[in-house]
Amino acid sequence: MRRMILAQSRRANVGHIGSSLCIVEILAALYGGVLRAHSADDPDRDRFVLSKGHAALALYVALTLKGWLSEAQLDTFADDGSLLGVHPEAALPGVDFCSGSLGQGLSMAAGAALAARIQGSGRRAFCLISDGECNEGSIWEAAMFAAHNRLSNLCVLADINGQQALGLTRDVCAAQNMRERWEAFGWDAVEVDGHSVEALTAAMTASGDTRPRILLARTIFGRGVPFMEKGIPVSQKHLPVQPINWHYLPMSEEEYALAVSALEQG
Amino acid sequence: MRKAFIDTLYQLAESDPRIVLMTGDLGYMVMEGYRLRFPERFFNAGISEQNMIGVATGLADAGLIPYAYSIATFASLRPFEFVRNGPVHHHLPVRVVGMGAGFEYGHDGPTHHALEDISVMRTLPGLTIVVPADSAQAATAIRETACLPGPVYYSLGKDDRLSVPGLDGRFELGRVQTIRQGADVAILSMGAVTVEAVAAADELARDGVQAAIAVVSNFHPDPADDVARILGNVAHAITVEAQAISGGLGAFVASVIASRGLACRLWALGVQTSPDGTSGAQPDRWRKHGLDRANIAQTARRALCLAAAR
Repeated sequence: MRRMILAQSRRANVGHIGSSLCIVEILAALYGGVLRAHSADDPDRDRFVLSKGHAALALYVALTLKGWLSEAQLDTFADDGSLLGVHPEAALPGVDFCSGSLGQGLSMAAGAALAARIQGSGRRAFCLISDGECNEGSIWEAAMFAAHNRLSNLCVLADINGQQALGLTRDVCAAQNMRERWEAFGWDAVEVDGHSVEALTAAMTASGDTRPRILLARTIFGRGVPFMEKGIPVSQKHLPVQPINWHYLPMSEEEYALAVSALEQG
Repeated sequence: MRKAFIDTLYQLAESDPRIVLMTGDLGYMVMEGYRLRFPERFFNAGISEQNMIGVATGLADAGLIPYAYSIATFASLRPFEFVRNGPVHHHLPVRVVGMGAGFEYGHDGPTHHALEDISVMRTLPGLTIVVPADSAQAATAIRETACLPGPVYYSLGKDDRLSVPGLDGRFELGRVQTIRQGADVAILSMGAVTVEAVAAADELARDGVQAAIAVVSNFHPDPADDVARILGNVAHAITVEAQAISGGLGAFVASVIASRGLACRLWALGVQTSPDGTSGAQPDRWRKHGLDRANIAQTARRALCLAAAR
């Protein structure tokens, strides 16, 4: 998945690479087994909302590997007129909700979970948010609503990468004590290694109570590419080394070669 | 229109299991009957309009038809981006119900005066907008738009006793409802303030001035052809709305006149000043902003005198 993310990102010359790389295992756990979804047009399949929509490239790669998007479609990522924009569109197979404006996806996922209950369906709703996204007040509106309505068929994956656009989450708008915060809002909050497919799968499928569940998935921004993890802007030496560089930067040819070789060395 | 809304919704919900009612913790003495009859299809989202619209989007995506209710300002302005990115962008049948159109929450002050909801919602072409003038029209409009595949915004008044003479509960999407013909001046009105427009026309008739009255009750599809037809016959048009005229009825009629090249002068009555800290009952606010029958009639006389002097 990481190789495909890097290749598409390089071809399209688009950033948000670090954000995509750090959710690879979360998507692998979901699309590799957790989501009950035989086909994209099965109305009773589990729903997945990528609320941190700027990591759509990772989702497109997962949908391609799932067989719901073709390789040819993936090759249109960020082309003029393509449905595969930098943020995901509901017109794509398997994508139920557009996202890109942070703080909206969790409410839609809560609605999807509530609808399943009203309709007597066993389908579940999963929603991937980020720690930075928890700055949005609407996340906490949705958190209260889901807990109050005991939406135990709702599972949130929080990508705790510790970064947001202009700095570390702890420096921008205090984002500590996430477990205590979510528990105080009435959630079953579980801390988990966000780069372990096994641990993520186990935490998502473990039986629970009537509370909605949130997996606080610790991740490393730019995971798998050491210079991105360290925030080194290899080709743009005038920029300082800072973790957030790979939130926005696209890769040069030199950086792409370095990144691919780093992946190959594992 | 509050009782008209809930009674009509109750009837619709009896035969359509897709209907769900959500409220942003408002509707005291309004929703009890519905809640008791359909407890599994009633949700108080709490005081969280953004989340309410987001949840409604999720419900509608699964095939349900959620009505999301709050005071008009809170239902439209606070969650505007959720409406835009949710039901509008996804073409889903969410019904956003804004209660207390215009100055109906008069004494509650400017935070409760819904003066921009129509303007703001008109920026979304995929959203049908319904602004009934009285309870009977509201009931018809809610029934007629219940099964639309896309989203709807309703700007409703609270007052259930209000009745616009001659409207008789008529409503049709994409059309205006004509109350009376008249060759001297056309008055186009929107919402509950239409009662003032009708009263002004009565006053003008006593002076021998024949004023046409038409009710503009919906946008998207816009009733542009009807408006153009009405204005094609008169030299002067007056628009009346308890709304900011920028983006509202006045702006809409101005664009019809300009784009169709009509030889008709527009006198747009509406809210054109910022709140000054005062509040007052709806009739008081209508007078303050020149939306009362006396000023509407006076505007017509001024227009016609100017025409005669020319």
